[in-house]
Amino acid sequence: MLRIRNDFPVLHQLVNGHPLNYLDSGATSQNPISVMEAEQEYYEQRNAAVHRGAHTLAFAATEVFEAARATVATFVGAPENSIVWTSNATEGVNLVSYSFSNASLGLGAPASARFRLGAGDEIVVTEMEHHSNLIPWQQLALRTGATLRFIPVLDDGTLDLAAAAQIVNPRTRLLAVTHASNVVGTINPIAELVQLAHAVDALVFLDACQSVPHLAIDLTALDVDFAVFSGHKMLGPTGIGVLYGKAELLADMPPFLTGGSMITTVDMQTAEFLAPPQRFEAGTQRISQALALASAVDYLDHTGMGRIRAREAELGRRLVEGVTSIPGVRLLGPGVGVERIGLAAVDVAGVHAHDVGQFLDEAGIAVRVGHHCAQPLHRRLGVTASTRASTYLYTTDDEVDQFLAVLAEVAPFFGVSR
Amino acid sequence: MTSSAMQQLYQQIILDHAKSAHGAVPELPTLDAGSVSAAGLRQAQSHQVNTTCGDEVTVRVGLTGAGTDAEIDEFAWRGAGCSISMASASVLNDTVRGTSVAESEAMLNLFREMLRSRGTIEPDEEVLGDAAAFAGVSKYPARVKCAMLPWVAFEAALLQLR
Repeated sequence: MLRIRNDFPVLHQLVNGHPLNYLDSGATSQNPISVMEAEQEYYEQRNAAVHRGAHTLAFAATEVFEAARATVATFVGAPENSIVWTSNATEGVNLVSYSFSNASLGLGAPASARFRLGAGDEIVVTEMEHHSNLIPWQQLALRTGATLRFIPVLDDGTLDLAAAAQIVNPRTRLLAVTHASNVVGTINPIAELVQLAHAVDALVFLDACQSVPHLAIDLTALDVDFAVFSGHKMLGPTGIGVLYGKAELLADMPPFLTGGSMITTVDMQTAEFLAPPQRFEAGTQRISQALALASAVDYLDHTGMGRIRAREAELGRRLVEGVTSIPGVRLLGPGVGVERIGLAAVDVAGVHAHDVGQFLDEAGIAVRVGHHCAQPLHRRLGVTASTRASTYLYTTDDEVDQFLAVLAEVAPFFGVSR
Repeated sequence: MTSSAMQQLYQQIILDHAKSAHGAVPELPTLDAGSVSAAGLRQAQSHQVNTTCGDEVTVRVGLTGAGTDAEIDEFAWRGAGCSISMASASVLNDTVRGTSVAESEAMLNLFREMLRSRGTIEPDEEVLGDAAAFAGVSKYPARVKCAMLPWVAFEAALLQLR
């Protein structure tokens, strides 16, 4: 643990006179020195435009850029040509949603007709989605005339699978679902949902932002059709995300962003496009971020995803057991005994999340307060906002315990009587 | 732990107002532009949301008379949010109800100036009353929006009646 802690310089500072207790990795994780060095080394040694130019440096940059793609692909059990770089996970969701819209307008090769949506078609999401895996689909429905439906969440913060079996039907064209909830920490039964969707020839789009950093994931084995995740939640820098798409699907999809670096032949009226992934990577790419993300993957691999998963399950259990033993604190989502990623969101009766966050911050504890970009889920659970503590491989037991101790002081300070 | 910094931010006056807020009503249905109340007051209301935390406040005002001499004879608000924003709405109710538009705007300016001062302005309690308790908030830039939210709604409602 000490070795890991020493790799993250940002953790060694005082906040409001207390050692920083960073429990907001679900929002963004911290970078180890090796990741920052990888980015710096690139700018010092190899900085050049990739996939163009015939000079030595451009060739070297292209080589490391593509090697980064291979590293990330291997990490999630995917072939290289199924990995598309994006600015963040949100852009990946939008890429697919706009590609489908473009297909619906009749753009793309004849084979892209398979992605056309219109009146009578249905897109299914769930009630626990992050806004990033909801709004792009709402907008796609609005643009195409398709209907948006959703799988409800049960009181315990899990998906209503019985309802799902009814809601997914032959009109369903796409099922968009999160692998692990950023609020309630639930790990969804993806294999079951994939089976449900594929039985009616619907595509499955997986939001893997909260799973790829914390669990060992094999996207090929999961058999989802698309997935997104973001670099900054897995020890990497901001500005880089990943879209995974089955190669045979990407091959038939029209592009979203267009311009340089994604074309073969251009005349004044028309253009022909490159094969994926380049077809979806218009303009100068996020080269240093891609390399840094690959370095983050190396760090995670070296630590071992199995070890990380086990460690976080332990931290999650410690959090859940701790918060549920504080009077007046309600845990959102499944309770003790159900596996979750290493986070817990709570509601302190009578105290608004923003006030809870302020109180914790004064003790050097960084948590997320608010709706965590999941307003419908909060509404479903009967709260407008919550306080979320989220851990990662560098979180210590002592940090969780300090959070629990200070959380227990919140209600008395605000004069909430029990 | 309960540090003095926390006690300065969350003064007892603020916690008391947050717990038993003045002027809060359960419902405020939308108003049409140019609405006039049964008592003949010219009414307007504004709904404001703090996008960082989702707090929301709706403020309704009803004026007797015109111009800056008009009196604020109706004031009501509803909202959901942190103790700072809810207490601020309660204090706003106590501060502006029954005053003239000119007086309330002067208070609004003083309040805003104090909150933007990053702790450099020592408030005059004689003038600001309970609103002076929010001086501690000015040291927490992330919370200034919380305290201002109801006042911004109030200002926007008045503006509609100009």
